Amino acid sequence: MSAGTQTAGPRRGAFRAARPRAGFAAALLHRLSGIALALFLPMHFIALGTALQGADRLESFLGLTHNGFVRTAEWGLVSALALHMVLGLRVLALEWFVARERTALVVSACVAAGLAVGLLFLLGGA
Amino acid sequence: MSPLLYVAQRGTAVILAVAVAVHLGTILYAVRGGLTAGEILGRTQGNHAFLLFYGLFVVAAAIHAPIGLRSILREWTSWRGRSLDGAMLAVAALLLVLGLRAALAVYVA
Amino acid sequence: MNAPVPTPSRADPTVEAVPGEALTVRIWRDDGFQTFTVARRPAQTILDVVTEIQRAQDPTLAYRFACRVGMCGSCAMTVNGRPRWTCRTRVAAVADDDGLTLEPLRNLPVIKDLAVDMEPFFAKWTAAHGAFEPGDAPPADFARVAPDSPARRAVDAGIECINCGVCYAACDVVTWNPDYLGPAALNRAWTLVNDVRDRGQEARLEAVSGDAGCQSCHTHMSCTEHCPKALAPTFAIAGLKRATARSALKRLGARHFRRSA
Repeated sequence: MSAGTQTAGPRRGAFRAARPRAGFAAALLHRLSGIALALFLPMHFIALGTALQGADRLESFLGLTHNGFVRTAEWGLVSALALHMVLGLRVLALEWFVARERTALVVSACVAAGLAVGLLFLLGGA
Repeated sequence: MSPLLYVAQRGTAVILAVAVAVHLGTILYAVRGGLTAGEILGRTQGNHAFLLFYGLFVVAAAIHAPIGLRSILREWTSWRGRSLDGAMLAVAALLLVLGLRAALAVYVA
Repeated sequence: MNAPVPTPSRADPTVEAVPGEALTVRIWRDDGFQTFTVARRPAQTILDVVTEIQRAQDPTLAYRFACRVGMCGSCAMTVNGRPRWTCRTRVAAVADDDGLTLEPLRNLPVIKDLAVDMEPFFAKWTAAHGAFEPGDAPPADFARVAPDSPARRAVDAGIECINCGVCYAACDVVTWNPDYLGPAALNRAWTLVNDVRDRGQEARLEAVSGDAGCQSCHTHMSCTEHCPKALAPTFAIAGLKRATARSALKRLGARHFRRSA
């Protein structure tokens, strides 16, 4: 017999979905951040590749990036990178270290860690 | 994905975990107060260690990303089969070429 | 959670309805949702509600149940968006103020109303080699398997599956990738991978690999979250990922060494 199908009390609307769907949220964030990084990577390589034409080329390119929009995108990408890595480490742990985790707690910690890195980036200044 | 693709993806994930940690650390350290080309290149010019590091980073990413994208495309679009596999190989090649070029660019600049 | 159910006396065989309280029930029929109203009763289960509707209001409603005590898994359906056993789900626990919405299990073809065709589910069970392989010359005597051995503990963790289909219905990967074998089939395969008597391991590991196999699991953990038997297919599938990875690497290594030998 399992008590798993009976829940303690009436659950309301959106909140009821939040906790049990932690694993799905983790997978979705992992996937979306991965897409963002995959799209960004070629552009990153091309930008750095401008250094082949000399430091001035790279510098003038970097000059284009000193605006609010790009700063926000950079923050987003740094956060995405940190988030993707941390959630990926969670997957590796689940697959190779056979841990029954308290999913919601772990996922929240991962998201917090990812955002913390993003925050550090922002605090570093323009 | 096949077991070998799975091993390739998880294996490169471990390599990338280390590389990304180093990279993020470098970014957070380097970008304080803004970033100029001179600062980037000052660090990477003629630096064998960075070249090797970025080279390995690029190879790992060029393997890891397309395998992930393949799963996403298979599950969220109707694209599958040989043409998808071919496209992902092309993405891998693109990332490899552009990435190694970038690593060399900051080494020789 | 286990509130005492009022025992009907001999003179009064039915459980009295709570006066003045009604429950709105939207049920998926072949041509859209149909709304019914039933009285709320103490300790009422979803199965009680569906049965009452079918017997007293609309005899054309199709649904499944058998044991009605949480042993057979026949009564699974989607209740307010989540796959559950109707016999073990109390209305009071899941009904919002909006009442109940009942639909057939996700990811399976609908036969009629709330009854789905379980055939694809069982076909995947077979495709994952979910049956014991004794081999050509099984030993005459019993195998000695220590109950606390790691392999047996891995089997025990997944052996209680009764094929109810809740995990399969909960799995998003099955929705996105209709070929995906699914949590139940893979969980069963893992219990057999850990069966020390089984002689079909190589073929089984092959069967659970690939785009339809264990590598497609993205650890959403919906299966583990919804399983009414508190099983954890996510971790069985993780075991298969490790086993198939090791096997593939061994074969790769063996091929390499044979070539250079």
